[in-house]
Amino acid sequence: MNGNAEFAISVRGLTKRFGDRTVVDHFDMDVPRGSIYGFLGPNGSGKTTTIRMMCGLLVPDDGEGECLGYDILTQSRRIKEHVGYMTQRFSLYEDLTIRENLDFIARMFRLKDRASRVDAALEDLDLKDRADQLAGTLSGGWKQRMSLAACMLHEPSLLLLDEPTAGVDPKARRDFWDEIRRLSAKGVTVLVSTHYMDEAVQCDFIAYIAYGRRLISGPAREIPKIIGLHTWRVEGGDISALEEELRKDERVGQVARFGPVLHVSGTDKMALDAVAQEQMKRGTHEWTAREAGLEEAFIYLMAGARDNFAGAGAAR
Amino acid sequence: MISFSLGRFSAVLIKEFVQMRRDRVTFAMMIGIPIMQLLLFGFAINSDPKHLPTLVQMDDSGPISRAVLASMRTSDYFDFIGAVTGREEGDRALRDGTANFVVVIPRNFERDVLRGLSPDILLAADASDPTATSGAVAALTGIVDAAVAQSLTGARQPEPRPAEPFSVTVHRQFNPESETPINIVPGLLGIILSMTMVMITAVAIVRESERGTMEALLATPVRPLEVMFGKIIPYILVGYIQTAVFLAAARLLFDVPFLGSPLAFFVGFNLFIAVNLMVGFLISTLARSQMQAMQISFFTLLPTILLSGFMFPFAGMPGWAQAIGNAIPATHFLRITRKVMLKGAGLADITSDMAAIVAITAVVIVIALSRYRQTLD
Ligand SMILES: Nc1ncnc2c1ncn2[C@@H]1O[C@H](COP(=O)(O)OP(=O)(O)OP(=O)(O)O)[C@@H](O)[C@H]1O
Ligand SMILES: [Mg+2]
Repeated sequence: MNGNAEFAISVRGLTKRFGDRTVVDHFDMDVPRGSIYGFLGPNGSGKTTTIRMMCGLLVPDDGEGECLGYDILTQSRRIKEHVGYMTQRFSLYEDLTIRENLDFIARMFRLKDRASRVDAALEDLDLKDRADQLAGTLSGGWKQRMSLAACMLHEPSLLLLDEPTAGVDPKARRDFWDEIRRLSAKGVTVLVSTHYMDEAVQCDFIAYIAYGRRLISGPAREIPKIIGLHTWRVEGGDISALEEELRKDERVGQVARFGPVLHVSGTDKMALDAVAQEQMKRGTHEWTAREAGLEEAFIYLMAGARDNFAGAGAAR
Repeated sequence: MISFSLGRFSAVLIKEFVQMRRDRVTFAMMIGIPIMQLLLFGFAINSDPKHLPTLVQMDDSGPISRAVLASMRTSDYFDFIGAVTGREEGDRALRDGTANFVVVIPRNFERDVLRGLSPDILLAADASDPTATSGAVAALTGIVDAAVAQSLTGARQPEPRPAEPFSVTVHRQFNPESETPINIVPGLLGIILSMTMVMITAVAIVRESERGTMEALLATPVRPLEVMFGKIIPYILVGYIQTAVFLAAARLLFDVPFLGSPLAFFVGFNLFIAVNLMVGFLISTLARSQMQAMQISFFTLLPTILLSGFMFPFAGMPGWAQAIGNAIPATHFLRITRKVMLKGAGLADITSDMAAIVAITAVVIVIALSRYRQTLD
């Protein structure tokens, strides 16, 4: 490993324009080595574009940075040798079998013990029985698993995973995340984009991007604080009716239901506390102030999420 | 450019072969196109069409004149469908296509033959379709010659006997310079290769970006040259197969000769394949979808057909058209095949044509590599 010892990825001012649309706008990011870094943002916010610039698939219009100590502008070939990039859209060959696909990738990276590594990858991901099936005939979830196997084949020290679990069933997703944590423990850095809360909460760090701009980033624990989110936990009584009522209250930022419990949050502490006081006077429910968790933060962030560039596109 | 990995190159190559084998439609097309084209063009290539509708204008009715007509009738070339009485009537029939020929036996033909005046038999031919008529035209002199000679045996020798007792004048109407039909076969090979090689290569490469597989491919440390050669070489093999099929069929079905040096042909042919694959590669860098790649390929096919000398004699084209034609690889390949197959040429006779193809290839490679992106931009 050379270059920056602390960060696997360190980029400054990354900018990408398509035509006269700025899709990624002066984006900064520092991904500590060995961490799991969650990359959140609504559809069209620029996650995929950013990841592509980091591994040399797109040339930034502006900005600079390093990936595994290599310059993203001039050393993209070195970067590619050490990075496993799993594309959002399935990008292996549908008219090749699983084994042929993995073998092809292994040859691209000029792996020494190719056959045994392909076999091991098939074993690891439970793909053994299907090894000779054409990739195009696999279900979506199996395609994802195969893509993952392919991008880890050369044992990269940085994984860039673009929505790796989209369309994968819950058990496979848990297995997948177990694998990610195992890799992370071994020192592999993982940058993963996701739209799922249960995945976001497993990350060590979070960055949130909207309209191509990084709005929030930091250690996962501190995200609620960074947002400035305050939460009350509510229990008891007719929780559904209360939920209905609170949703209409403009002073409340968001209401999230977890079974019989409501988490009522907002960034305006005064307004939120006022609501809580009123409700506590009624005495129908039990209100307790609590620290805002990552779940609330995630819901808060996602609530602001609409397809980012859809409006801009339509206006043109 | 410097560190070319044979391993990665062969990986791309193997992958491409496997994909080609599984893509039945394209595979069938690669083999089917040359055969189909040859068969379709076969009717035009058939340099000896027989039983062409013919009208006769008999202005003389002596025994020699009748003998001429009789032997024309037995020759298979001409089917007499009637008689006309004047020039206008004959022209009308040629124009509306009811007849391909009008034979005019001039007034006093027999008397003039006997007198040794060498009279003219006029054959008015519809040469708008030169391949259909030229065989018959070529045969006519011989037919008439034999008939007259036969009639003249015995007492009725003309005195003094001229070198030729008569002559045949052919009026080619609607297209004064008719092409030698056999030219079409070697030319057709050039057209077929241009069409399939360029298109198949372009489509195969664009397919990577259209299906999204380019993203995974580019995320590996693969280099442009490895991709380029790996993707192109399988199609060289396709070109070989196409040519073998084509040459065999041309020989068996249409009796096209192969007079010259096979080595010269082989070298020229490989150069031509190479340039076509490079053009296909270049097109793939311009097109965003397989459909576009196909359309651009077809677009380039048009000048190839029209300006390469396949359709019209190259020497007869205006200067600007020749200039464009010279930039088209098929033009030079056409010359190579005609020289080698029909005129018996060897390697030394085709050096200038090969040099031209090499020059075009070099230009195309430079443009293609400068356009080839190692990114998704
Ligand atoms: N090649 C391209 N040409 C033009 N516009 C593009 C191109 N690629 C992406 N865009 C635009 O850039 C914006 C950001 O796209 P990007 O794919 O990076 O978003 P994303 O955050 O990954 O979205 P999602 O969550 O849906 O995957 C979108 O509006 C998209 O339309
Ligand atoms: Mg995306």
